Amino acid sequence: MSVDRKTVLRVARLARIALEENRIDPMVMELNTILGWVEQLQEVDVSEIAPLTSVVAQRLKMREDEVTAGGDAAAITANAPLVEDHFYVVPKVVE
Amino acid sequence: MTDLTSLTLADARTALLEKRFSSMELTGALLSAIEAARPLNAFVTQTPERALAMAAESDARLARGEARSLEGLPLAIKDLFCTKGVRTTAGSRILETFVPPYESTVTQNLWDAGAVLLGKTNMDEFAMGSSNETSYFGPVANPWRADGSNQNLVPGGSSGGSASAVAADLCLAATGTDTGGSIRQPAAVTGTVGLKPTYGRCSRWGIIAFASSLDQAGPMTKTVRDAAILLRHMASIDPLDSTSVDVPVPNYEDIVDAGVKGLRIGIPKEYRVDGAPPEIDALWQKGADWLRAQGAEIVEISLPFTKYALPAYYIVAPAEASSNLARYDGVRYGHRARDVRDIGELYERSRGEGFGQEVRRRILIGTYVLSAGYYDAYYARAQKVRTLIARDFDAAFAHCDALLTPATPGPAFALGEKTQDPVSMYLNDIFTVTVNMAGLPALSVPAGLTMGGLPLGLQVIGKAFDEAMVLRIGRALELAAQFRVKPKAWWLS
Repeated sequence: MSVDRKTVLRVARLARIALEENRIDPMVMELNTILGWVEQLQEVDVSEIAPLTSVVAQRLKMREDEVTAGGDAAAITANAPLVEDHFYVVPKVVE
Repeated sequence: MTDLTSLTLADARTALLEKRFSSMELTGALLSAIEAARPLNAFVTQTPERALAMAAESDARLARGEARSLEGLPLAIKDLFCTKGVRTTAGSRILETFVPPYESTVTQNLWDAGAVLLGKTNMDEFAMGSSNETSYFGPVANPWRADGSNQNLVPGGSSGGSASAVAADLCLAATGTDTGGSIRQPAAVTGTVGLKPTYGRCSRWGIIAFASSLDQAGPMTKTVRDAAILLRHMASIDPLDSTSVDVPVPNYEDIVDAGVKGLRIGIPKEYRVDGAPPEIDALWQKGADWLRAQGAEIVEISLPFTKYALPAYYIVAPAEASSNLARYDGVRYGHRARDVRDIGELYERSRGEGFGQEVRRRILIGTYVLSAGYYDAYYARAQKVRTLIARDFDAAFAHCDALLTPATPGPAFALGEKTQDPVSMYLNDIFTVTVNMAGLPALSVPAGLTMGGLPLGLQVIGKAFDEAMVLRIGRALELAAQFRVKPKAWWLS
């Protein structure tokens, strides 16, 4: 499978990453190099194999459903580039 | 007192307890060494004031006879670990001004044991790279240069700043993280020791995520004993990380000198790759001979799916990265694009400007392999191949206690040598990545020099949660190799 310019632009849109015009063609080439290389996985017969979902045999732990942290809006928003009264500021979303 | 900087963690610990010098003196010597080593670019952020304050507190505790296990020992921390009140960048423009309001569990454990923070080390952006060249803060130079050459070489990656800092005696030891080889590969090419613990051994809480099913923190040190000391204090069972495993943390230091007599060491034949320099094979053979001479039995074993580990990794890791890095939106923290028309443009331009080439490439690959219609062909298949890789190791460990392999396919290379072709860069992790795919512990230990005078490492791979065995075998290799050479301090001239 290989990707073209249109696919790269679609994937970039899905990932919400702007690509400069002069980066699109090189990106097509680089992605095709990588996808061409991983193509060798097609040789492996995986028809009877279950996917690996956890490398360590352990049951996920349970805990009480309770509030353990939070309530510090100032610390949480301290790194935001644009804040007003502990609210994140974004461009208008609903007209 | 410049020789203070060349001390091991173990020796400095003893000397501080015997009051031969103070933590202030030791910390001061290392801060001067860091300042003088700016050409290496090993640090993104230096924290001299905090370091001296922590050292002063340690000296007070030492004076009162209340020393904790790492009291007054100065460390460098990879800039992927969140440190409360100290900028943490992950080597990325998108986090250039990020100051975490909380501390990672691993670093908190170290401070609770009395360690001193010297600064945050440079790294490949979001830990994606094998040469430290993808950092927004510029590449790191390897303290090692080939004999008679003044060309800068890469320190490996992604924990390149930590490796360079340990090799150049800018800290007693450092932390790293390893997703596909990012501790062991830089350790190998800088003549230092690097240990990737079993997945779940160290908490991932507060470590900026790259690929969550593969990421693991570990120590980067001058000796195997130091790795044992540091791992014990990095590791913990953490309620804040649900994948942190409930297995008690042993005192690894008690076991490092147990020797290898009677152990069975497996040599996986699939790790002999075409085109690898003959020096790599020769060193591997030497390593096996050293262990045999100390009473171990060497057995040939097979890991038939080895060659598929790297391509499977380059589906799994970017897929997880594309999901983890979705959080950088220019709204809650990090770089935000200016003069945007709408929210869509805010996201796309903030991320486009904030992420470098390699990170963008991996996010796009990850998004593609997870997208509708491709999931089964790529991601599901890669996760099945991963099962086969894990089974390979299970089968091998039925016949031996641990495995011995080369750590890297070659020594440090020149800046810019492999940046044009992503796949040639990825191949640096060919011997290390299998271990991450199976979640196992592995250690890289310096074992010799190339003809050109550059360090090479050997890798010991163990069973899950058998770091003690890995350290023991690593110590036996270290004893036999007698690797005592240090790089010439060219950066001082």
